[in-house]
Amino acid sequence: MSTDYYAASSEAADGRVFTVTGQDWDSIVEGIGEGLDGDESAEERVVVNMGPQHPSTHGVLRLILELEGETVTEARCGIGYLHTGIEKNMEYRSWVQGVTFCTRMDYLAPFFNEATYCLGVERLLGIEDDVPEKAQVMRVLLMELNRISSHLVCIATGGMEIGALTVMTIGFRERELVLDLFELITGLRMNHAFIRPGGVAQDLPPGALDEIRGFVALMKKRLPEYADLCNANPVFRARLDGVGHLDLEGCLALGITGPVVRSTGYPWDLRKSEPYCGYETYDFDVQTWDTCDAYGRFRVRLAEMWESLRIVEQAADRLARLDGAPVMVADRKIAWPSQLAIGSDGMGNSLDHIRHIMGESMEALIHHFKLVTEGFRVPPGQAYVPIEGPRGELGAHVVSDGGTRPARVHFRDPSFTNLQATSVMSEGGMVADVIVAIASIDPVMGGVDR
Amino acid sequence: MSEGKRDDRREEKRDPAGTPEVGKGPEQPAAEQAHENLPTPAGERTVRQVGVRRGMFGVRGTGDTSGYGGLTQSIAFPGDAQRPYGGWYDDVADALEVATRGAGLDVAAPRVVIHRGEITFHVRPDDLPVVARALRDDERLRFELCSGVSGVHYPDDAGAELHAVYHLLSMSHNRRIRLEVAVPDADPRIPSLVPVYPTCDWHERETYDMFGIRFEGHPALTRILMPDDWPGHPQRKDYPLGGIPVEYKGGSVPPPDQRRSYN
Repeated sequence: MSTDYYAASSEAADGRVFTVTGQDWDSIVEGIGEGLDGDESAEERVVVNMGPQHPSTHGVLRLILELEGETVTEARCGIGYLHTGIEKNMEYRSWVQGVTFCTRMDYLAPFFNEATYCLGVERLLGIEDDVPEKAQVMRVLLMELNRISSHLVCIATGGMEIGALTVMTIGFRERELVLDLFELITGLRMNHAFIRPGGVAQDLPPGALDEIRGFVALMKKRLPEYADLCNANPVFRARLDGVGHLDLEGCLALGITGPVVRSTGYPWDLRKSEPYCGYETYDFDVQTWDTCDAYGRFRVRLAEMWESLRIVEQAADRLARLDGAPVMVADRKIAWPSQLAIGSDGMGNSLDHIRHIMGESMEALIHHFKLVTEGFRVPPGQAYVPIEGPRGELGAHVVSDGGTRPARVHFRDPSFTNLQATSVMSEGGMVADVIVAIASIDPVMGGVDR
Repeated sequence: MSEGKRDDRREEKRDPAGTPEVGKGPEQPAAEQAHENLPTPAGERTVRQVGVRRGMFGVRGTGDTSGYGGLTQSIAFPGDAQRPYGGWYDDVADALEVATRGAGLDVAAPRVVIHRGEITFHVRPDDLPVVARALRDDERLRFELCSGVSGVHYPDDAGAELHAVYHLLSMSHNRRIRLEVAVPDADPRIPSLVPVYPTCDWHERETYDMFGIRFEGHPALTRILMPDDWPGHPQRKDYPLGGIPVEYKGGSVPPPDQRRSYN
């Protein structure tokens, strides 16, 4: 029928199969039309396989859509294309090394993955109250900056998927500023492995607070642009209003948390209900909307970025007072023995520490060696310390058998759970609204598949 | 590490042939008073032993001359909690007993463990749907949200190797509990919780995929993360890890569980 190799059709056991890669839907129309001449059994029903490589599916997500004309009668997700066995890998690394793995799960929210894992390990170690204040403030600062960058990507890619390319470009423009801050503070734009059991990897670099304050001031000018660009834009509103409807009952039944549940008007936020890292001492509000739809989720995210800026400002003020305070627990059996410092050849172990272990103290050398190669042991038991990630409840079920490595770490990733709402949000709607509904869930496939 | 040290110290004291401690060298009162060397308080003494850890370097029979290879430590998980549990734990336990008695259960949770401020109800597999429904619907319980299923494989827990762990959240009362169900490896069947908590759909599929626990009554229990034709269940401790072949005299890098490493 067609000479296009990428859009050829073939006969399968239960119907005709078309391979379509875009711009060539004519072949399907023709193919279905062929049957219409005198053939009464020809039907409008088409099963479309969308993805896993598709620019609109928000990552390597495969959608199997059954269409009746343009109406979706059934929507199913195929996941697992990004499964990398991170949880299994963590069972063969020390407790500290685990951070390096879990930071790669939900790659848009690395600090949240690290934080929930470390909070679980700290609970099992019984050192929750010993983590220094400065480490907790730095965690809060990084998590809230991360929430801003994650929400920006959500809004940016969501805009791109419905054709609002300016929303994408300005979203990524601001996200880049956040990543610059991450690079300044942790050394890396992504995959930081910065939050460690017992505290954080290192102190704030000089000048970081000024950069953060400058960023907050800039964001206060830039954030209104999103509202101006979208809130009164009739095309944007028409695509989002009433799409992907899911009410509170549906959310609870499907275990959905985060901006989706807050878009139903229910102010559920773990930062308020089960505070961790000292969130109870910060002044911020839980943002809600009451439309239960994609537009409501957009507004919740927009408002949450403002709240995150408030928290970042408060955290920066506290950090200014905590200059020189420790960022790791005092227990030398848990704290990483060396501190990083800038040397003539870049970042590395501080020369003071090298001098100490190589020239001054044999015990310090042994201690360093044991803690780095063997690591510490965590008493047997299990812990689950969920936190409010950008997408909802993120928790690590940490199980220890008393060894130097986790017996099991399971991440309850909100993307995985929330993606289950795809069917209820999109069935009965138009095929174009599936994209909007999924974008409003904001699944990150690295977190879904782990 | 601290566990091992503590055991050694006790062994020395008990050793009848050993010289008296007094003349043995400089006294170290600070070490004796250290947190890890003090006896466990009476309330926390109950433990549940699951297996034994031998040696320090994982692999056996590799010519270990350090002496640490002879270490034996029991793997002791937190033991059962005794009434009263304190705080809202008793309210939840009482309400659960009452609510499930109506459904015909004498004891809803045969074992209750409280550790690090988290309460775990160990439930018999067959009772799970009844218990979960009571937890969700009862006025005083109201655990509306299930945070999903997490599988854990304890190869040394004879007769109950595979555990499924459910974290439940009551938004009304702002409480969080854990349900734990253990099934033998030989017959890994647990009733599905999808009728009670639809969110368990994908979570149970994942646990089946990774551990091979069969959730009976699940609408479509298929693999979710691994390919459909994948053999085995990767998160199990006995799942072969596979080494990396290297082209040097036919050698290969052994898989992580056969390498020499601290355990």
